[in-house]
Amino acid sequence: MPINFEKALGSHEQALMIQARRASAISSNIVNADTPNYKARDIDFKQALKKSQGDFLSMSQSHSNHIHAAGSDAMGIHLKYRTPLQPSLDGNTVDLDLEKSAYSENAVRYQTTLQFLTGRFKGMKNALAKE
Amino acid sequence: MGLLQVFDIAGSGMSAQSVRLNTVSSNMANANNVSSSADDVYRAKNPVFATLMSNMQQDEASAGVQVTKIIESNSKAIQRYEPHNPLANEEGYIFQTNVNVIEEMANMISASRSYQNNVEILNTAKQLMLATLKIGQ
Repeated sequence: MPINFEKALGSHEQALMIQARRASAISSNIVNADTPNYKARDIDFKQALKKSQGDFLSMSQSHSNHIHAAGSDAMGIHLKYRTPLQPSLDGNTVDLDLEKSAYSENAVRYQTTLQFLTGRFKGMKNALAKE
Repeated sequence: MGLLQVFDIAGSGMSAQSVRLNTVSSNMANANNVSSSADDVYRAKNPVFATLMSNMQQDEASAGVQVTKIIESNSKAIQRYEPHNPLANEEGYIFQTNVNVIEEMANMISASRSYQNNVEILNTAKQLMLATLKIGQ
């Protein structure tokens, strides 16, 4: 019987992809902290994971001229705009402290997912190894 | 993929911030320039930042930063009465640059902090990538 990686790895694979994508979204926010009129965006992890597991209703594109609904990208991940806590003169909505903490939080979560994946791989290795 | 783009994004930010540091240093170096006419005198330069949307269709999440242009400040040059200055015009006035040294210092600190933030992002992304390479070991 072949090993089914999808079953063996569970949702950690998708979680890792979304966390990598989120790291790039948050780093865009930090890098654009000094750009006038830049609006900070982030990924809703819960919704993105649901969607990647096919557990989400989305708009279908029946014509080539249709644009993606609700700002989703090629992977179908939605980016949402942050609500700024205080207004700024140049129209920028990046809160640097918030973004930095979100970035390091996401990094820790990414490493956690890596740990889970390593555990799964170890389990498979153990199953394959002979006594 | 996701994490590799962080390198591009942070790199674009670092290059934009170093352009900003460059303009600050050039402004500071020319802070005491004088000239005999208001049109010839050095004017403070400032970079204009804009979001760099790279292949938006494929990946909307990543957006770097770029310097679209460098503008010269149009605030008035400082006019001073110094008839003994060799550069003074017929009426005895010299014109000093409109560089505000205090503004430039604040700008420099802000640019260097932003640069450090970008380096930090890059380091974290690098650690995550290296950890990913060790998956399953």
